Amino acid sequence: MLLIPCPYCGPREEVEFACGGEAHIARPANSDRLSDAQWSDYLFMRKNPKGVHYERWNHARGCRRWFNVARDTVTHRIYAVYKMGEAPPSVTP
Amino acid sequence: MTTQPYRLARGGRIDRAKRLRFSFNDRAYEGYRGDTLASALLANGVVLVGRGFKYHRPRGIMTAGSEEPNAIVQLGVGDRTEPNIRATQVELYDGLSAASINCWPSVEFDLGAVNGMMSRLFPAGFYYKTFMWPPSFWMKYEYFIRRMAGLGKAPDAPDPDRYDKTFAHCDVLVVGAGPAGLAAALAAGRAGARVILADEQAEPGGSLLASGETINGQPAAEWIAAALAELASMPDARVLARTTAFSYGDHNYVQMVERVADHLPPASSPGPRQRLWRVRAGQVVLAAGAIERPLVFADNDRPGIMLASAAATYVRRYAAAPGRRVLVFANNDGAYRDALALLDAGIGISAIVDPRPDPGAAIVAEIRRRGIEVLAGHVVAGTKGHGRVESAQVMKLDGDKVAGAARSIGCDAIAMSGGWNPTVHLFSQSGGKLRFDAARATFLPGAPVQAIRVAGAANGATSLQDCLREGHAAGAASAADAGAAGKAGDAPQAEPATPDEPAMPIWIVPSVKPVGEGGKHFIDHQNDVTAADLQLAVREGYSSVEHLKRYTTMGMGTDQGKTSNVNALALLAVTLGHEVGAVGTTTFRPPYTPVTVGAFAGHDQGDLLDPVRKTPLHGWHEIMGAPFENVGQWRRAWYYPKPGEDMHAAVGREAKAVRTGVGIVDASTLGKIDIQGPDAVELLNWVYTNAWNKLEIGRCRYGLMLGEDGMVMDDGVTTRLGENHYLMTTTTGNAARVLGWLENWLQCEWPHMRVYCTSVTEQWATVALNGPLARRLLAELTTDIELDPAKFPFLSFREGRVAAIPARIYRISFTGELSYEINVAPSHAVALWQALMAAGEKYAIVPYGTETMHVLRAEKGYIIVGQETDGTVTPHDLGMDWIVSKAKKDFIGKRSLARADTSRPDRKHLMGLLAENPSEVLPEGGQVVAEVKDRPPMAMIGHVTSSYFSPNAGRSIAMALIKNGRNRMGETVHVPAGERVIRATVTEPKFFDPEGKRLDG
Repeated sequence: MLLIPCPYCGPREEVEFACGGEAHIARPANSDRLSDAQWSDYLFMRKNPKGVHYERWNHARGCRRWFNVARDTVTHRIYAVYKMGEAPPSVTP
Repeated sequence: MTTQPYRLARGGRIDRAKRLRFSFNDRAYEGYRGDTLASALLANGVVLVGRGFKYHRPRGIMTAGSEEPNAIVQLGVGDRTEPNIRATQVELYDGLSAASINCWPSVEFDLGAVNGMMSRLFPAGFYYKTFMWPPSFWMKYEYFIRRMAGLGKAPDAPDPDRYDKTFAHCDVLVVGAGPAGLAAALAAGRAGARVILADEQAEPGGSLLASGETINGQPAAEWIAAALAELASMPDARVLARTTAFSYGDHNYVQMVERVADHLPPASSPGPRQRLWRVRAGQVVLAAGAIERPLVFADNDRPGIMLASAAATYVRRYAAAPGRRVLVFANNDGAYRDALALLDAGIGISAIVDPRPDPGAAIVAEIRRRGIEVLAGHVVAGTKGHGRVESAQVMKLDGDKVAGAARSIGCDAIAMSGGWNPTVHLFSQSGGKLRFDAARATFLPGAPVQAIRVAGAANGATSLQDCLREGHAAGAASAADAGAAGKAGDAPQAEPATPDEPAMPIWIVPSVKPVGEGGKHFIDHQNDVTAADLQLAVREGYSSVEHLKRYTTMGMGTDQGKTSNVNALALLAVTLGHEVGAVGTTTFRPPYTPVTVGAFAGHDQGDLLDPVRKTPLHGWHEIMGAPFENVGQWRRAWYYPKPGEDMHAAVGREAKAVRTGVGIVDASTLGKIDIQGPDAVELLNWVYTNAWNKLEIGRCRYGLMLGEDGMVMDDGVTTRLGENHYLMTTTTGNAARVLGWLENWLQCEWPHMRVYCTSVTEQWATVALNGPLARRLLAELTTDIELDPAKFPFLSFREGRVAAIPARIYRISFTGELSYEINVAPSHAVALWQALMAAGEKYAIVPYGTETMHVLRAEKGYIIVGQETDGTVTPHDLGMDWIVSKAKKDFIGKRSLARADTSRPDRKHLMGLLAENPSEVLPEGGQVVAEVKDRPPMAMIGHVTSSYFSPNAGRSIAMALIKNGRNRMGETVHVPAGERVIRATVTEPKFFDPEGKRLDG
């Protein structure tokens, strides 16, 4: 079970959080002009890296804020947490 | 009552003044406080404690710790009975009762022992090879396999004991309170770190509890006492005995189980029986010690054959003699020290058999000086005995064979040692890789991944001095890493020891006959896996350790191969011609030792398993005798039976009353979200399919919410309360999800929007009046609201007072009747309800529950999200195109409605189904088929989503999702229901008042 440092509340147990999957996927502004393939790419296709993964988490049983986490999918080490709208930090494992 | 013939006259950490009675296999014995069940059995001369799993050969006690593979017992009786408990870990208490497992009908006479004579029939992969064919025979096989295999019996009554769970945080968690662990805890604690020290045994001390060594000039026992006293004096050090750290998760999350009351007679202590500790440790010091490695020689499983360290432990710590003439068979110097402990206790040593050609350490010389024969360059090539080992066949070792004549040496016990395996389980679980150390012939911890240090025997240390030094250093470094700035003090000092001579790895001890033909070389005693089984598996192509494990069952079972895994891996490597260690290890999975399910459940059972949500009117429903329906965590009144009524009769009466008079329903569970802010309408435009810009203040609108995949996710009515103020309602079960959905979009996608969402579900109690008489009733209780439909039309909202209670009233309808949903503060709900009931008496007002509510909405063809929909249903599928805006440029899910799959015309459509026989109710969930055949498979074209008997339509009604349904209008379809097939006609999903004329009463 992870110990996740919520940028608003500090470190809390994973049971307080919900994972929202890959971060930095913006909703296409012109969805009506996208092909089915482009739209399904937005809708369904997600990265599954071995190593650093930038992902969204929600402190659902806490402050209910969403934020981003740079987590290593192999070691589960959390390199950084940062707020929504902030650019992903570069991380060297 | 027998005496204790194998109890030594003096010594041990037992309390001879506290005599305890216990029974084993229905025979009465006596032991002392401080005994384990295993030590008490040995003291009573009981060496036959169980039977092997597969061959049912007699088995004895092999170890003195949690690694025990053989001596597993059924402990206790009745609802507290527990299977597969290691006798070596059971602390004796007065009145304890235990029994062997794996034997039928008794441990002395076991029918399964015939399996031993037919062992050629039980090769590796036996179960896969034998019981597969014919498949229909498996049921028969299974009955006998289970009977013969035993492995204990689960209790058949609820567990009467209580269990506790707790979280704990510390700077340094030390696992294991042997010399290394104690030294680590002392160092970390002195430096000022918050320390937890956990040990699985009854008292801290580990190997020191059976040691004659001294530390800081004190006997070990005195040093332990001093160390514990110092830890007790620290403000932030906690010592947990009887506590097994069994799992190591991410971010130094260690789970431990504390056996709080297992050492006491059942139900004799007021506290919990066990406690689950969930520890988040800044740093971990793993000082879990090491497990001695058995030697794999022919017939190495007879009762009386045990690990050398275990023999010394029984003698020193428990004053229980494992035998009177013990033969020692070992490849290392440590076992000589164990032999010396036995000699000092007055136990005879028949001989020491050592495969090393020329062991020359001082300890060997001392053993010889005491007149003990040391047979260097020899091995035990076989054993004999009935029920207990009686002799060992000792032969000269010649390369990888034995040579010369066998010499039979009489003995009643064999103390064996093949070296040591560091207890690296938790290190491996922490993600750290292991490395094979060829010099010590063992797997050692490699580079750590988490904040963990390994110290002492768990790190491969063999001398007490090294254990103390490593433990102290690890404790001090961990404290420093955790930010403790104090001084760790000096490492405890043991007497200097001369280094041991190297051990001689011998993975399989040769015998006169090839492996597999003479006696059995057991590797895994618990699963009865032999060296021959492993070699056969390798010949059959199983060269990966994980495959080998599954094929032979090696390393499985309740002991998870603690004594067997390394021997098996080494033999695999040798058989394949690889370096030992090159084949890797199997995964060390949690738990380290089995954990009672009750400890995981803790208090989270029964009424405490899940919260129950009750409406403010719950008590009234209870008084009226309403049964309740679970809707998520909510309890909702289901129907209100009058005396003599069943559900069908009650629902019939309620449903008719609503359409002819007036009904009242508790709708408080409806999800309610208060939405405020200048951009609230923009949010609504995004999350609903229809347009919200033109909604006036005081008006309500129904909305359908889609996922981005275009599938219906929720529905509900939203009301504009003020300029920038809306109240959204959601389905009862979806309230939290919808709030999360809104917050997700607002925070992650549209942070520029000025909108605030607040759950107000529990801030408003909702009472709905439905029926043609609703207006007349409500008019009697309100003076400040105009109820004329022209002034207060359908889909609008007014604020005022009902029965003098401040209320919000919404004219929305889930029945198709004239309806008022009255919202008041929860504290006023009962007063409101009672006022309406009293005033409604002359209108024959009828309270109705969720069942009638469902029937009434189904009569109208109104959907319930989650019943008519299942995450694969679009608005078009539901026939609800009218609510999907064409004008809006975008909304969530819009683009997906234009995908090829969602726009094809032959999707499943929501249709009505009328059974041919109007009194027959189709089964909900029933499969719809177009064509009936004699037997399955039949092509399924859909399923029934809702089905009721409709009192107002006077017949059964159903809704169903049917493939290409709108083009099947009028067709006959079939719904198989058990043995019968029900014929039904496809219709519009509207069964009452299709024109919707009744909304204004």
